[in-house]
Amino acid sequence: MAATSIKNLKEFSTSNDRFEGAHTLCPGCAHSMIVRELMNCTDDNLVIATNTGCLEVSTAVYPFTSWDTSWIHIGFENAATAAAGAEAMYKARKRKGSLKDNDAPVKFVAFGGDGSTYDIGFQWLSGAVERGHDFTYICLDNENYANTGGQRSSATPIGATTTTAQAGSHSYGKKEKKKDMIAIMAAHGAPYVAQLAPNKWKSMAKGFQKALETEGPCFINTVSACCTEWKFDPKDTIGITDLATDSLIFPIYEIIDGHELNILYRPKNVIKVEDYLAAQGRYKHLFKPEYKHIIELIQKDVDDKWNMLQRREEARI
Amino acid sequence: MAEKYDLQEREVWDGNFAASQALRQAQVDVVAAYPITPSTPIVENYGSYVANGYIDGEFVMVESEHGAMSGCVGASAAGGRVATATSSQGFALMTEVLYQASGMRLPIVLTVVNRALASPLNVRGDHSDMYLGRDSGWIQLDCFNAQEAYDMTLCAFKIGENHDVRLPVMVHQDGFITSHTAQNVYPLRDEVAYGFVGEFKPVDDMLDFSRPVTYGAQTEEDWHFEHKARQHKALMDSRSIIDDVLAQFKEISGREYKRVESYMMEDAEVAIVALGTTVETCIVAARELRKEEGIKAGVVAPRCFRPFPFDKIRDALGNVKAIACLDRSSPGGAMGALFNEVSAAIYTTDARPLVTNFVYGLGGRDFSIAEAKRIFKEQKAHADAGKITTDIQQFSGLRGPHLGFFQTKRS
Ligand SMILES: Cc1ncc(C[n+]2csc(CCOP(=O)(O)OP(=O)(O)O)c2C)c(N)n1
Ligand code: SF4
Ligand SMILES: [Mg+2]
Repeated sequence: MAATSIKNLKEFSTSNDRFEGAHTLCPGCAHSMIVRELMNCTDDNLVIATNTGCLEVSTAVYPFTSWDTSWIHIGFENAATAAAGAEAMYKARKRKGSLKDNDAPVKFVAFGGDGSTYDIGFQWLSGAVERGHDFTYICLDNENYANTGGQRSSATPIGATTTTAQAGSHSYGKKEKKKDMIAIMAAHGAPYVAQLAPNKWKSMAKGFQKALETEGPCFINTVSACCTEWKFDPKDTIGITDLATDSLIFPIYEIIDGHELNILYRPKNVIKVEDYLAAQGRYKHLFKPEYKHIIELIQKDVDDKWNMLQRREEARI
Repeated sequence: MAEKYDLQEREVWDGNFAASQALRQAQVDVVAAYPITPSTPIVENYGSYVANGYIDGEFVMVESEHGAMSGCVGASAAGGRVATATSSQGFALMTEVLYQASGMRLPIVLTVVNRALASPLNVRGDHSDMYLGRDSGWIQLDCFNAQEAYDMTLCAFKIGENHDVRLPVMVHQDGFITSHTAQNVYPLRDEVAYGFVGEFKPVDDMLDFSRPVTYGAQTEEDWHFEHKARQHKALMDSRSIIDDVLAQFKEISGREYKRVESYMMEDAEVAIVALGTTVETCIVAARELRKEEGIKAGVVAPRCFRPFPFDKIRDALGNVKAIACLDRSSPGGAMGALFNEVSAAIYTTDARPLVTNFVYGLGGRDFSIAEAKRIFKEQKAHADAGKITTDIQQFSGLRGPHLGFFQTKRS
């Protein structure tokens, strides 16, 4: 595999640029940072499938395309299967020798939002991973259906307000906790599973490279801060993501072969979850006195999860 | 290299086996599939050809029919030959992706073993799945027996993959009556069949990185209409290519097919228009009625259901006095689709024959030669009276009291 060297950000950000800056994602959207990083971390040929969502509607509006590589979008739920189908065809054609260039390495990648990954496309993803296709699935997790105006998904955390789980005079927003997709995908026996964040760009690029190098299905959940629906200033995307990783609400870690857990980032100064929540409009209502217990609950869950991850890392289970 | 498969000049195959042999001979690269009665054996057989080295392809057994068609789309865009099979609920689950496949102009071949749609759940043959696909932008070929299921599947690849067509193709056969009934089938030799279908020549190949392609773009009111219009035009324009392919097929097989099949129509006074195995039932009925009662009965059957052969149907029926259109799908509060389309076609003639609609055979209810004769005779009565003397839409073969709707206003 031809991995791009990742010495410094400036150099890296201009390497092998196959994702054009001309797209219609919101200014400050983290989706494009993550996608560019994936495409810049390898020189191999890429076939990219993308589920319906902000990324797709903003990057392939006919007659334009931002994708300077093979790209396909079928529907909201089936990018994993589109990649799997293409990968199956690649195998068949490579054996027959009918490819234009039979020796050049090809990598198959699928992108999905949390809506298509955690909810509607869950079955397609699960099936493709179970079948062992050689591809990498990257979830752009902004914890809501952003493309359709900010509805809840099963990745939306407890306490956040969305248009379909609203905070109001009788409600603190979403009542249910976020689904643990990383654990679910690790339980599939996927050889490489990770949660990564674009503010920690080196570990993200390394994680992407590992996933692309690994034979078999890999799953990566990426933290994708959404200024529009999380309600923060577009210039603060990386700052908010720093708060996310430093409060440990989004811990950065990998799980190899379903059991070998490695924490990839340990904040020097762990900040309170409250500071992360306070920076976003979607949690504003939680700062009313009657919802203090929800903030406490979120903090407790974050602490418990962090302890669990550390124990698992130590125990290698 | 694939192992040699021994074929006799005459085989005894059911429709499923016949279709799967066509997939083998066409050397399909990827089959992504999900099992459902009665189409399951088609993909099981492909799987066994792969497992035993008769074909060098990838068999991807996915987790649903939606996934099956999604995998087919990904595989087809990656520049090789793709096919799958389904029925009924599986077809319904695929529907979203059927539109996406045709919108992306991917020449996937889908063998559909027609079966009723639930509820109530039913595994037997009717045409409700076939009708569900009729606006999906696919070419739809219809078969009346196992030989045709084999022949049309081979033709489907050659039609859909033609660079002037580039459309997906469904090949329909009736659940159980065709799919599970062993019949004589005369296969082509492997080299002849493959020579006919030809090597797959990709267009906009996702695995050709010298020329990156974007599949499945977004279009809104500025461009969507033009895309859809072009797709419709491609379907309309495929008619002459379908004719060519059928003509070429005749040359190698001796078997002649047309987009509209006509039987005993030269002097027919009354006709039945039908699809699937019912066509053969009606042919027998017409032949017997001609002998027994001197009724000049004929049968017309769209071999190609989409693109709908509007002009050929009109030409085939232009000289008859009364027509019965048989719809094997519950019309859900309307006249049957075949009735509507045939009526529209013959409305453009001066003669404007009398047309009635029969809904029949739902959920595999048997349709007998006797019933076909009764329907022919009713048409004869209309012809003699010069007007429709029954309800315009009737249910044929239903238990309990007669069910019918609408009367003619023509005097
Ligand atoms: C089958 C289907 N159901 C619903 C939709 C509407 N829809 C399109 S994108 C979307 C939400 C996308 O959310 P997510 O996957 O999280 O991606 P994001 O836009 O947040 O990046 C929805 C509900 C659709 N396109 N297809
Ligand atoms: S709504 Fe959110 S995810 Fe969508 S483009 Fe804007 S910032 Fe990005
Ligand atoms: Mg989202």
